[in-house]
Amino acid sequence: MEKKPKKMSLADRQKLFFKNFRHTWQLLVLVSIPLILVFILNYAAYPGLRMVFMDYKPAKGYDGSEWVGWETFAKVFKDADFHRALRNSIVFNVLGLLVSFPAPIILALILNELRYPRFKKVTQTVLYLPHFLSWPIIGSVAYTLFRPSTGLVNVVLRNMGLIEQGIPFLTEKYHWAVTYLLIGVWAGMGWGTIIYLAAITSINGELYEAAMIDGAGRWKRMWHITIPGIKGTIVTLLIMNMGRLMGSNFEALKVFDNSQVREFQYQLAIYIYQKGLSGNRFSMSTAVGLFQSLVGLILVLLADWVAKRLGEEGLF
Amino acid sequence: MSKRVKDVEESTAGDGSRAINKFRLSDGIMMLVIVLLCLTCILPFVHVMAKSLSSNNFVSAQEVTLWPKGLTTSAYKAVFADSSMTYSMGFSIIVTIIFTILGLIVCLCAAYPLSKKELPFKRVITFLLVFPMYFGAGLIPTYLLYNDLSLLDNMWVLILPGIYSAYNMLVMKSYFHSSIPDSLEESAFLDGANYFQIIRHIILPLSKPILATLGLFYAVGRWNSYGDNMYYIRMRTDLRMLQYKLYLLVSTAAEAQSTALAEGSAVDSTPEVLQSATIMFATIPIIIVYPFLQKYFVKGAMIGSVKG
Repeated sequence: MEKKPKKMSLADRQKLFFKNFRHTWQLLVLVSIPLILVFILNYAAYPGLRMVFMDYKPAKGYDGSEWVGWETFAKVFKDADFHRALRNSIVFNVLGLLVSFPAPIILALILNELRYPRFKKVTQTVLYLPHFLSWPIIGSVAYTLFRPSTGLVNVVLRNMGLIEQGIPFLTEKYHWAVTYLLIGVWAGMGWGTIIYLAAITSINGELYEAAMIDGAGRWKRMWHITIPGIKGTIVTLLIMNMGRLMGSNFEALKVFDNSQVREFQYQLAIYIYQKGLSGNRFSMSTAVGLFQSLVGLILVLLADWVAKRLGEEGLF
Repeated sequence: MSKRVKDVEESTAGDGSRAINKFRLSDGIMMLVIVLLCLTCILPFVHVMAKSLSSNNFVSAQEVTLWPKGLTTSAYKAVFADSSMTYSMGFSIIVTIIFTILGLIVCLCAAYPLSKKELPFKRVITFLLVFPMYFGAGLIPTYLLYNDLSLLDNMWVLILPGIYSAYNMLVMKSYFHSSIPDSLEESAFLDGANYFQIIRHIILPLSKPILATLGLFYAVGRWNSYGDNMYYIRMRTDLRMLQYKLYLLVSTAAEAQSTALAEGSAVDSTPEVLQSATIMFATIPIIIVYPFLQKYFVKGAMIGSVKG
């Protein structure tokens, strides 16, 4: 946000407003297009949130359904499916954060140290590729590779004599958990490096120069210059990721769904979809959605506050 | 490495610091790691490609790894002969094109005014346009709203909700701030131009890079997502986009696989060759355009990463 050099009086501002309005109405006309869109398609949906205090029945609509106060939330918090979904969401997101968050940082540090510009450019292009593939593509390729009997990985491992029986990478829940998390890392790591590489280029070159003259080796320079130089970026991204601790990637989960792994695959996004659109428990689904976004918002604000207490720049 | 660092290296190359330029073990290890990671991005697709071009016998005998055996294009012929697949591809292309064009127009309509100091009610408008990014109403209220707007089972539900994106708007706005000098517009104003003329004659010609980048963001985003297709297109099978069809194929195949596992049998619903050809059919458009467009994406991600 721009800061005005000095505060104008209200009268001055009004005068300026009318003087400018001869032209600025054109800007208002332009900006009204996206505004109308978000009002019709986003804001108009907010009143629908009142159904969390109702026993919403599609046939009766908002007006005909009964008000039940906090009962929906009471029902949700007693629901075993909700407990399972919440547990899975938290466990998978924490694990996901632990493995997915550092990966692009480490990769960016390595890419930054590569010596041959051509090699660096080509490999970067290849590493960004997964970001552009849809989850159905990633999922179908993963199934082709990881099928227990005929998947390439199992065939190769078997031919090498390392295993007797195919490993059920995607059809047994614990194997699925590991495979799912690693595919998440794989899909995000290349693209995630861009923001860190951008931060690294903005580090003052003189620091490296001075360090080299002082005899600091590659690892020392990385540790004492590069990492502190991108610390702000790391903290900002960590804060943003905090907000996602409750959310999950619906499209990815849905692609890797099968009856053997549903115990773990059943996360909040799936709960909301299944209770809502397939199960017609509209109020419960909406209540969980609201719970999810509120917790996400609180987590972001909390992480931002912590970051500021630690002397970092924060998000807002 | 910056130019300065190179200068230092060269000027001190005569003494002990020559070691800086030597290829060391750590360089080799790092390159190896990168190459291995790159292989994980390429080989799976080479494998699927090989399978899709092989004959059924070799595939079921698990002899195909990275090179097709018993080369045949019959699986592709079958995919292309399936009119629902080619129709879906055409439909996806049309939706993606409309989505991208409308998206860029709406994005410009939001980003340009918000980049101007003189916009009245600027703070309120900014808040109104960014808030939905942080807090949505959720699936069901949105679904019911679209029902009231008769958007369900309607092609436009795949287009309208996505064309305004707060993220893309912020990227474009920061481009305007950083890359188009105010002085250009001021002199146009003195010559009596209005905002519409300024946009047409100054802003648009100068914004080609960002329009290309965001256009690609829009296009790839639309092309790849299938969740909204699943939520809002319930009955009309003719409105299924390609990725959603691929999802349906994957999910039935995965289910068949897991039940086959449970029952100890080894039946597959669709022959693997046909499955592989379908995967390639959906993947090839992206892989073909990807190398040419990749630099625009990177630029956009850089701009987007600048805070503010």
